[in-house]
Amino acid sequence: MKINWFKYSAPMNFYPLAGKLIPIFWIAAILFITLGLYWGFFKTADVLSDQKQYYRIIYVHVASAWMAMWLYAVMVAWAMIGLVFNTRLSFMMASATAITGTVMTVIALATGAIWGKTSWGTWWDWDPKLTSFLILLFVYIGYIALQSAIDDVRRSDKASALLALVGLALVPIIYYAVNCPDPNECASLHQESSLERVESNILIAMFVTTFGFWMYSFATILMRVRIIILERERKTSWVSKLKEFNG
Amino acid sequence: MFSAFLLILKRDLLLAMRRRSEIFTVLFFFIVVISLFPLGISTEDQLLKQIAPGVVWVAALLASTLALDRLFSDDYEDGTLEQMTLAPVSLPIVVLAKIIAHWLLTGLPLVLISPLVGLFYHLPFESIKVMMLVLLLGTPVLSMLGAIAAALTLGLRGGGVLVSLLVLPLYIPVLVYGAGAISTSMVEGLSIQPYVLLLSAFMLLAIIFSPWATAAAIKISIE
Repeated sequence: MKINWFKYSAPMNFYPLAGKLIPIFWIAAILFITLGLYWGFFKTADVLSDQKQYYRIIYVHVASAWMAMWLYAVMVAWAMIGLVFNTRLSFMMASATAITGTVMTVIALATGAIWGKTSWGTWWDWDPKLTSFLILLFVYIGYIALQSAIDDVRRSDKASALLALVGLALVPIIYYAVNCPDPNECASLHQESSLERVESNILIAMFVTTFGFWMYSFATILMRVRIIILERERKTSWVSKLKEFNG
Repeated sequence: MFSAFLLILKRDLLLAMRRRSEIFTVLFFFIVVISLFPLGISTEDQLLKQIAPGVVWVAALLASTLALDRLFSDDYEDGTLEQMTLAPVSLPIVVLAKIIAHWLLTGLPLVLISPLVGLFYHLPFESIKVMMLVLLLGTPVLSMLGAIAAALTLGLRGGGVLVSLLVLPLYIPVLVYGAGAISTSMVEGLSIQPYVLLLSAFMLLAIIFSPWATAAAIKISIE
């Protein structure tokens, strides 16, 4: 049997597929987020070391922060696929992903500020993790700004894809610079992950919520990509035959 | 290949020498920005010394993004850039020559004028030397990274502001280590060598990779 690997890379075939998938992802998103948050809010310890009830914002905070970083990787991957195979849909996916990624970054920053106010007593601190996220937001915004500044679709796709690639190459260097502004003392730098020390109930709730956020991202990205497809392909015959337009 | 490189370099320098005012615009922008900070913050000696490294670098960053506008735009508008992409010379080489010419005209003057800033901010002689060194290593990186963004935004409305938005976050490592080196030079017993090595590494990486990325960006913008 011959499989046509590129069947769904045609917007015409992908549009109905996305339409079928969106409800599934919405249901999964609502299910997992509700489950994760319920478990996190009512089934975990009241006090986490020195943190009081406030720490429960962790479920939203960590989930959105993970998604923000992951979606950047996804966006760059789509941009790269687009540049290599020159498929229109990949660029559309990349630009749809960028918006959800930006939203996730903003959620992570906002929940982080609220959490910071309750536990550190300040809305903002120039801590490496916070600064990295602020820069991630700038990078997302730069990508979106470049894309929306260019009217020609082909050029805007390729230019923003190239920018995303350049950003990916520089992100490790920026991250290093932010984490280690003083190379004289960098040998002693280690930001160890505290994941192993966290109680397993909290961890489970965190992962379930993150999975829910991931499903939510799928749903919104697919919805956005459908709109982009319609916008860009509005002159084609398959769009004019869609029943959405013909009642 | 090398002769093409020299030819482009000479041409760009010659063109700039015929319109010298543009070089001075960038230079004076740098000086004006730097002299605004003491007026806005405080003219106290100790504080000025403390903020000088950051102020110098932020001013250099802003001045170099402003100057990026002219890197390709003239050649783009009269079609020269398109001819360059068609020429039987590899485009990255042409781009490298243009970037170096651009740095000689907008980056090097900042390095040369920086001792004046040292005087404004009461920096010790040692720190002024360090400042010139790190500016010498860091400003080429700014031109190299900026060239990519300048090429991506060729011919766009409001390109100048857009370039700043794209490129300023990417300048952060240079800002961190460039300013860090100057601050460190004012502390007894700390070495600035790691800073200098990191900045040199950035410069080498930028020289290797940026012309290719910029050439790709030019091709995307022109096609």
